[in-house]
Amino acid sequence: MKILVCLSNVPDTTTKIKLAADNLSFDLTGVQWIINPWDELALSRAIELKEKYPATVEKITVITVGNKETEPTIRKALAMGADDAIRVNAEAQDAYFVAGQLAEAIKDKSYDIILCGIESSDHNGCNVGSMLSEFMGLPSVSSVSFLDLENGNVSLNREVDGGYEKIQTALPFVAIVQKGIALEPKIAAMRGIMAARTKPLLVLEPANIDALTEEVAYELPEAKAACKMIAPENISELVALLHNEAKVI
Amino acid sequence: MSVLVYIENWDGKFKKLSFELISYAQGIARQLSTSVVALSIGNVAEEELKKAGNYGASKVIAVNNPKLNELVNQAYASVISELALKEEATVLVFANNMTGKAVAPRVAVKLNAGLVSGVIALPSSTEPFVVKKKIYTGKAYASVTIKSPVKIITLSQNSFGLNESAVDVSIENFVPQLRDNDFATSVLETNKQTGKVLLTDAEIVVSGGRGMKSAEFWAPIEELAEILGGATACSRPVADEGWRPHHEHVGQTGKIIAPNVYFAFGISGAIQHLGGVSSSKIIVAVNKDRDAPIFEAANYGVVGDVTTVLPELINKIKEVKGQ
Repeated sequence: MKILVCLSNVPDTTTKIKLAADNLSFDLTGVQWIINPWDELALSRAIELKEKYPATVEKITVITVGNKETEPTIRKALAMGADDAIRVNAEAQDAYFVAGQLAEAIKDKSYDIILCGIESSDHNGCNVGSMLSEFMGLPSVSSVSFLDLENGNVSLNREVDGGYEKIQTALPFVAIVQKGIALEPKIAAMRGIMAARTKPLLVLEPANIDALTEEVAYELPEAKAACKMIAPENISELVALLHNEAKVI
Repeated sequence: MSVLVYIENWDGKFKKLSFELISYAQGIARQLSTSVVALSIGNVAEEELKKAGNYGASKVIAVNNPKLNELVNQAYASVISELALKEEATVLVFANNMTGKAVAPRVAVKLNAGLVSGVIALPSSTEPFVVKKKIYTGKAYASVTIKSPVKIITLSQNSFGLNESAVDVSIENFVPQLRDNDFATSVLETNKQTGKVLLTDAEIVVSGGRGMKSAEFWAPIEELAEILGGATACSRPVADEGWRPHHEHVGQTGKIIAPNVYFAFGISGAIQHLGGVSSSKIIVAVNKDRDAPIFEAANYGVVGDVTTVLPELINKIKEVKGQ
C-alpha cells in the first residue's frame, strides 16, 4: 500500500500576527515555519502504520505546493519518517488552485490512501482535502479520528454528533483527518534528520490552473472590551448577565 | 438566478443553525434581487420544511431517499450540484460545520465555483463579490474576492444570527439521479449517544482545565453541559493527563471551536488554548488566579474556586431555566 500525505507550510501557531503597513499583506519577518499541525498528525499516523504493518505499508510520500522556501518543512517531514517527497513549484494560492495542482501532480502515481489535515492553521480553509478528492473522482471521508490497517484492511472512524461512525470505503480514498488520529506528533530522531538530506525530493512545475478566489485585504480584530468581573458570592448576577445581557443561556 | 442554501436536519428537525443559514442567504438574495431556495436532504415532515419560509426561503426542495440517510460526501455533492444547476443558483450557502466542510468543497470543484469558508458577514460588495472571513484562528480577518460566476460560502456559525422575514413558501419534492459510483463509502456501525452534539458544531461548550484538579471532579462540567444542551471540552494538559479523552481537547492543536458561549473552568488560557476558542462569541471564565490570561479573552469572569462556583452556577442556571 502506498500512502500520500499532503502538507501545508504554515507560520508557527504561536506567531503574533502583524500586518504590513499597506494592510495588503502580513509582516512575516522572523516567522518560524512549521508543518500544519493537522497534517503533522496525519503524517505521524502514516508513520505509525508503516512501523506497525511493514508488510502492508510499502511507502509514505509527502507532497506540498510551495516555492523553494518550503523545503525545510518538507525535509522535516522526511526526517520524521516519510520516504520521499514531491514539491509542486508554485506559490500556494487558494484551495482550488492547491487541490488542482495536487491532483495533477499525483494523477498517475496510484496512491492507495491519501491523508490531508482537516484544516490549515493559517487560512483555516478546511477545503483542500475534499477538493482534491473531487478533482480525482475519489471517495472522501471527513473528520477521521481513527485509521488502522490490521490484516491489510482499512478500518476507519469518523466523528459525528455524540460519538463516531465506523466507515467502510473503497480504495483508493482520501481521509481528511481530525485531532486524535495520532496522539502525538512524531519527533524526528538524529538518524532521521541525517537520512532526510538524501531522500528523494521530486520538484514538479505547476499545471495551468487559475485560482477562483483572492484575498484582497486584511485587518486585525478590534481590541476586546475589558472582562466584566463578578464576585464569587454573587453568581446570580453572572447568570442574570448571561441571560439578559449576553442572551446566551 | 437564485441563492441555494443547504439546510441540514437532525433527526428530522432543523436547528437554529439551519435558520441562521436561511437568514444569511436571504440577505444575499436581497443584495442580488433574487430569491432563496432551501434544500433539505433526509426525512423531514412538511410542517418542519415550511419553517424555512419564516426566514425568507420562498421555495424548499426536499430530497428524501433512504440511500441518503447517512452522509456520503460524494453523493451529497452530486445531488446539491445537480440542484444548483437546475435552480440556476449563482450563490450557494452551507454551514461551516462537519457536513459543510465535507460537501461544499466537492460541490465547488463540480461547479468550478470559488469557495470561501468560515465567512462572518454579508458580502461587502457583490460586484466584485467580496466576503470577510477569519484567518489565523481569529487573530486576523481577510477580505476575499470570489472571481468565478458561481460562488460558494460556508458561514461561520453564530456570526449572522436569525432574521425573521416570512414569505410564502412552496415545497417541492425532488428525486435526484443517484449513481452507484457515488456510494463508495458507507457506515458500518454507529457509536453515539443520542442528544449529544458534536463539539465542533456545539452552540454551548463547557470546558475544564488543570484547575479542575482531577478526572473525578468532572461530573458538574457534564451536568452543566447537559442542562444547557452543550458539549464538554477540555484543555490540552487535561487530555494529556488522561482525565478526559483527546477528542475533547480544544486549542490550536486540538479542535477549533466557535460556539455562542464557551465556559472555561480552571483554564489559565495559554495562547495555544485561546487560539482554539477565541472565536467564541462569549467567553465565561472561572479561575482562582486573577492574573490568568483567560481573563484577557473572557467577557465575564469570576475569580474563585471552581469547586464552589460551579455547583452554585448550576443551581442558578437551573432556576433561570425553570428546572
